[in-house]
Amino acid sequence: MTVLARFAIKEALRRRVFTVVAVLTAGFLVLYALGVWQAFKITGDLGAGVRGVNPDTVVGATMFGLAMFATLFLGVVLAVFLTLGAIRGDAERGLLQPLLVRPVTRRELFSSRLLAAGGVSAAYVFGVYLVAMVLTGLIGGWWPGSFVAAGLQLALAVVVVTVLSLAGSVVLASTANGIAVFMAFGTGLTAGLLGQIASALNSGTLGSVADVVSYALPFEALYQSALHDITASSASGFTRFALQLGPLGGAQDGGPGLWLWALAYLGLVTAAALAAFRRVDL
Amino acid sequence: MPALTVSALRKAYGATEALKGVDLEVGEGELFGLLGPNGAGKSTLVKIACGLVRPTSGTATVTGALGYLAELFRFPDWATADEVLTLHQQLAHSDGGAGERARLLELVGLGGEAGRRVGAMSKGMQQRLGLGQAMVGAPRLLLLDEPTSALDPAGRHTVRALLERLRADGVSVLLNSHLLSEIELVCDRVAIIARGELVAAGTPAELSTAGGVEVDTAAGTRHWPDASKEDAPHIVAELVAAGEPVYGVRVLRSSLEDAYLAAVGGE
Repeated sequence: MTVLARFAIKEALRRRVFTVVAVLTAGFLVLYALGVWQAFKITGDLGAGVRGVNPDTVVGATMFGLAMFATLFLGVVLAVFLTLGAIRGDAERGLLQPLLVRPVTRRELFSSRLLAAGGVSAAYVFGVYLVAMVLTGLIGGWWPGSFVAAGLQLALAVVVVTVLSLAGSVVLASTANGIAVFMAFGTGLTAGLLGQIASALNSGTLGSVADVVSYALPFEALYQSALHDITASSASGFTRFALQLGPLGGAQDGGPGLWLWALAYLGLVTAAALAAFRRVDL
Repeated sequence: MPALTVSALRKAYGATEALKGVDLEVGEGELFGLLGPNGAGKSTLVKIACGLVRPTSGTATVTGALGYLAELFRFPDWATADEVLTLHQQLAHSDGGAGERARLLELVGLGGEAGRRVGAMSKGMQQRLGLGQAMVGAPRLLLLDEPTSALDPAGRHTVRALLERLRADGVSVLLNSHLLSEIELVCDRVAIIARGELVAAGTPAELSTAGGVEVDTAAGTRHWPDASKEDAPHIVAELVAAGEPVYGVRVLRSSLEDAYLAAVGGE
C-alpha cells in the first residue's frame, strides 16, 4: 500500500504540485499577515473600545477564524485536485490497469490513494493553520487558549472531503467529480449558515435541515467545532459575547460525538466506494 | 497444469454478449495466439483473465504469476523507464533489483534508455517498455494484447525473437494480435474468436488446408488443385515424359489468413 502512496506523492512532487501550492500559500499568508497587521493597528488606534470587551481578542479570534476558513478551502482545493481522477480518470487513461494486474487489490489501491492525498492535505491544512496562528500571535499578540484539537478537526475536515472526492472518482469522470465535490462543499457551508440562522431565529425546521446536512457532510461541523474551540478557549464574558455577534461567533461545539461520527463516516464512505470499485469493469 | 484455463466464459454488457461461453487452455511454455475481428471479445477475455473485468459466468483460472500488457495503456509521463520498472518490481515483490531492470530493458531494445522519461518516448518505445514491465518478476504467464501495434518492422522482429526466447524459458504466452503473419510465425496453437464464440482452434498447420500443386513449365504455371504433396513427383514425371520442361514445383497450403477468413465468415 505504501509503495503506491509513495509513488502518488512522488508524482505530485515531480509535477510541481507542491511547488505551486507552496508559492500560492506563501502569497495567502503574506496577505493574511498584512490583514492582521492592519486590523490590529486600526483597533489599537481606536483606543480601549467598549468596556469589558478585549478588542485584541475580538480582532485576533475573528482574523484567525477567517484564516481557518481560507485554510480549509485551500486544503479542499488541494485534496480535490489530487483525487478527482484517481480511479475512473486513471482507468480511462490506461494508467490503472498495469498496476491492478500486479498482486495489488482494489482495496489496496484505493487505500493508498486515500493515504497519500488525505495525508498530504491534512498535513497541509494543519501546517498552514499553525503558521496563521503564529502570524496572528506575533503581529497582534493574540494567541488562542488551545489550538491542537481545533487544528486536528480542521485536518479531519479536509480528510472527509478527500474521501468524498476519491469515492466520487470511482463512479464519475474527473470533471464531473470535481464539480460534484465542490458543490457538496458549498452545500455543507450553506448548511452551516442555515444552522447559525436557525439558532438565531430559533427555527426548528431550519435546524433540522442543517443537522441532516451536517451528518451527511460532516466537514462543515468539524470546521464549526474547530472555530468554537478557538473562541471558547480564548474569550469569556462580554468579549465572548462580542465574538458571538460576529460572523464566526455562532459556531457549534461538536463534542466527542462529532469525532466519532467523522471517523465512522470515513469508514462508511470508504466501504461504499470499495463496494462500487469492485463492481467496475476496467 | 495449464497456465491458463478458460471454462464456459460468458460476459454480457447489458444486452450485448461479448463472450458466449468460451473454453480454451494455454499450456505451460506454450505460445498461444488469439485471433478475431474487432469486437470479437478477445480483449474482454484477456481482461477477465487479468481480473480487470468481471465475468457474467464461467471462469478464467491463471496458475502462477501473471504479466500483462494492455492494448491501451499508459505509464506516468513524468516517470523514467527505470522508475516504471522499479514500481512494478515493488508491486510484484520482485527482488531482481537493478540487474533485472537492465536486463529487461536490454531484452526489449531499450538498453541505455533507463533514464529517459516516458513522456519523451515514442509510442513504440512505450510499447517496448510495456513489454518489459509485463516481464517484471519473471511471470509464468504473459497476456499480451496487441503487443506490436505501435512497433515498426524492426520492433516486431525484436518481439518475435523475445517470444521465442520466452518459449525456450518455459513461459506461457497468450498473444492477442491482428497480425496473422506474426501469429503464424511464432505461435504453437491458435484460437479464432468471432462474435464472442470460439470458431476454430488448433496449430497453424492444422488450421490451414491443402491447396494443390503448382508447376512452372514453358507454357506457364499450371495448377492441380486436388493434388497432394505425394502426387508432386508423379506430376513432374508425367510432364517431363511428355517433353515439357519443368522450372519449378510448389506444394500449396492455404495460409492462416485463408483459414481465418473462412472461420470468421469474411468479417
